[in-house]
Amino acid sequence: MNKILEKKLLSADVYEMTVEAPLIARARKAGQFVIVQIDTDWGERIPLTIADADETKGTITIVFQAVGATTHRLAEKQVGEYVENILGPLGNPTHVEKVGTVVCVGGGIGVAPLHPIAKAMKAAGNKVIIIIGARTKDLVIFEDRMRRIADELIVVTDDGSYGRKALVTEPLKEFCSADPKPQLAIAIGPPIMMKFCAEATRPFAVPTVVSLNTIMIDGTGMCGGCRVTVDGQVKFVCVDGPEFDGHKVDFDNMMTRLRAYKAVEDEAHHICHMGLGLDPHQPPAGAATPAGGKK
Amino acid sequence: MSATGLTKDQLEEAARVALADLGAKKAAGEKIGPRERMAIPPQVMPTQDPIERGHTVAEVALGYGEAQARLEAERCLSCKNEPCVDGCPVRVPIRRFITEIQKGDFKAAVDVIKETNLLPSVCGRVCPQEKQCQATCTVGKGLKDVDKAVAIGRLERYVADWERENGKVTPPEVKPATGKKVAVIGCGPAGITVAADVAREGHEVAIFEAFHKPGGVMVYGIPEFRLPKAIVQAEVDILKKMGVQIHTNYLVGRTRTVRELLEEDGFDAAFVGVGAGLPKFLGVPGESLVGVFSANEYLTRANLMKAYDAERAATPIYRAKKVAVIGGGNVAMDAARMALRLGSQEVHIIYRRTREEMPARAEEVEHAIEEGIIFDYLRNPNRILGDDKGRVIGMEVQKFELGEPDASGRRSPVAIKGSEFVFDCDSVIVALGNESNPLLVKTTQGLVVDKKGRIVVGEDQKTSLDSVYAGGDIVLGAATVILAMGEGRRAADAINKLLAES
Repeated sequence: MNKILEKKLLSADVYEMTVEAPLIARARKAGQFVIVQIDTDWGERIPLTIADADETKGTITIVFQAVGATTHRLAEKQVGEYVENILGPLGNPTHVEKVGTVVCVGGGIGVAPLHPIAKAMKAAGNKVIIIIGARTKDLVIFEDRMRRIADELIVVTDDGSYGRKALVTEPLKEFCSADPKPQLAIAIGPPIMMKFCAEATRPFAVPTVVSLNTIMIDGTGMCGGCRVTVDGQVKFVCVDGPEFDGHKVDFDNMMTRLRAYKAVEDEAHHICHMGLGLDPHQPPAGAATPAGGKK
Repeated sequence: MSATGLTKDQLEEAARVALADLGAKKAAGEKIGPRERMAIPPQVMPTQDPIERGHTVAEVALGYGEAQARLEAERCLSCKNEPCVDGCPVRVPIRRFITEIQKGDFKAAVDVIKETNLLPSVCGRVCPQEKQCQATCTVGKGLKDVDKAVAIGRLERYVADWERENGKVTPPEVKPATGKKVAVIGCGPAGITVAADVAREGHEVAIFEAFHKPGGVMVYGIPEFRLPKAIVQAEVDILKKMGVQIHTNYLVGRTRTVRELLEEDGFDAAFVGVGAGLPKFLGVPGESLVGVFSANEYLTRANLMKAYDAERAATPIYRAKKVAVIGGGNVAMDAARMALRLGSQEVHIIYRRTREEMPARAEEVEHAIEEGIIFDYLRNPNRILGDDKGRVIGMEVQKFELGEPDASGRRSPVAIKGSEFVFDCDSVIVALGNESNPLLVKTTQGLVVDKKGRIVVGEDQKTSLDSVYAGGDIVLGAATVILAMGEGRRAADAINKLLAES
């Protein structure tokens, strides 16, 4: 049982929740995630990334977008209530070392999982450039927190309602063509964004790490539901990832697999999408969005 | 209903008559010798109607009634040399427990079983008896048919169910606290056995389970229709009554490491029973298509996450009209039969060899056939075919014939050139076993594993690390509940010995 201690609405349907999870708070490292299940008997297990943690208070912070049944139910939970099961920390931590300049690209709520990674990269002595992208101004999250870390921060929106009117790939390409070019790029966001970030950095040979969030049940290497194709090989996001070389990930296959339960979801929960201005056929946005299932 | 078309009541009534007849003979002073015993008809297991049960996850095999159990027990010849015991991985004193059933003392019978087997209600249901105790049974040999051996497993199930249903379960006695602590990692058959055996000696036991429910493969893998989850829960409740703490949502290797448990958290020993790992796939093109699942994933959704109850469960499951299950083991049978229950109209088992070589438990194969699962032997997919949306629409299948026996003694299949054909289906479930789970090993320095990633242990189940023992599938590869329990038992003995000496 994990008590909800804080809950904040970050944008239209994006929530930040701080929950009690002392063991996870102590063990977690940048880049890791948890599996959340609201109730033991009938709940769905969904992967969510850890946006922050406080070891002394014994809490972790998760950020999620209410896009389906489970995330909507989670959004309805109030401070003082409980989430019955949280497992973690899962996945391999980000490999953090001083490489020079690191460009961190976060799209949508992908900015949340990027936050601890950017923080760790900064603490390791890197120059950290952060690019935050969102469809529109209301969907920009974590700007202040990222500004505190960043040596340079750029915000872009698709519609130009805030910051620069551009896709994240534009400033990313500019940084890659500068001299000296960055030593590393890290992109976390919707799969389509990560795919194009990887394409943007490829001609410049800037190593690009992406963090994948796929359908998952156990998160411990048992079910195989999270498999992705990386460099022609089958890899399991939960034990081999969640971070992979973005230049080698088969994003198209990953996006197809993320839509596996689309028909079931749409049938059972089309009402959830109505009136929210969401494109129900859009794959879940970002690594902090639960993937697969009814969410 | 049963394979004979008779209902449970009818079977029980027939047994009652036969038992009364036998009793009358005994009362008349007639000697009931081996010949008479072998003439008693083997008692048929009553089952749910095959058509009806295709729509429910309720248990298929209904279990003997009292008369059936007692009559079946009368078939036992009480052989002095007990060949059945030699066939049992944990050496249950089979003759003794069956003798107690003959006497009508079911509590005594189950207590005898529990001397070596903590989970008789589970093992009575899922053990491959025809390859173990019943394979060596004198009655079966005498009747030249292993299916006519004394139904040891069904008798085991009967007394264990009798005990639970009549509220006669007594938690094992626990010795005074020793102040020593043991960590059991993984709450499956191996871990549960270790926990009970170690707790009995008065040691404090904490089980760490990654899932949100204890039971391991018994809750995520083996379906409700074969092993009701309430039975597993009852077994776990006994552990709790013995004072064993169970921590769910606790992944050793991530939440805490083995080293931290031993060096910082005060555990004097640890047992690693983390079970099977990454599912094996075919390695053919198309396996990443939507609609291809490992049996692990499919069964976990259906069992642990209860996706069969679409109204209440939040976890979705892929609904396919025509399903192909690849493999010939118990897991393949489970997946196929579950697909049927989830509404698939046609379910095929695609297996490279023939029924002879199929590793699945005989009863499961029979039940699958009764339920209408179609068995396509000597077939294997070359690739899985998808549509433009990335969804499965079929497979290219290769036909095989049996060649020479391979290293495992099974005749190996040889592809027939030019025999490829297209098999239409909209889902493929791969049940080819598992690779070892790499997670705990990766995060535990100094733990020696073999080429396949299985933890290497000595005869006492001790690993390369001091105070760390291992057993079950993480040592054996994909095996059975009973073998995992056997390993757990040995590990517990070694841990108890270690703690007694330290």
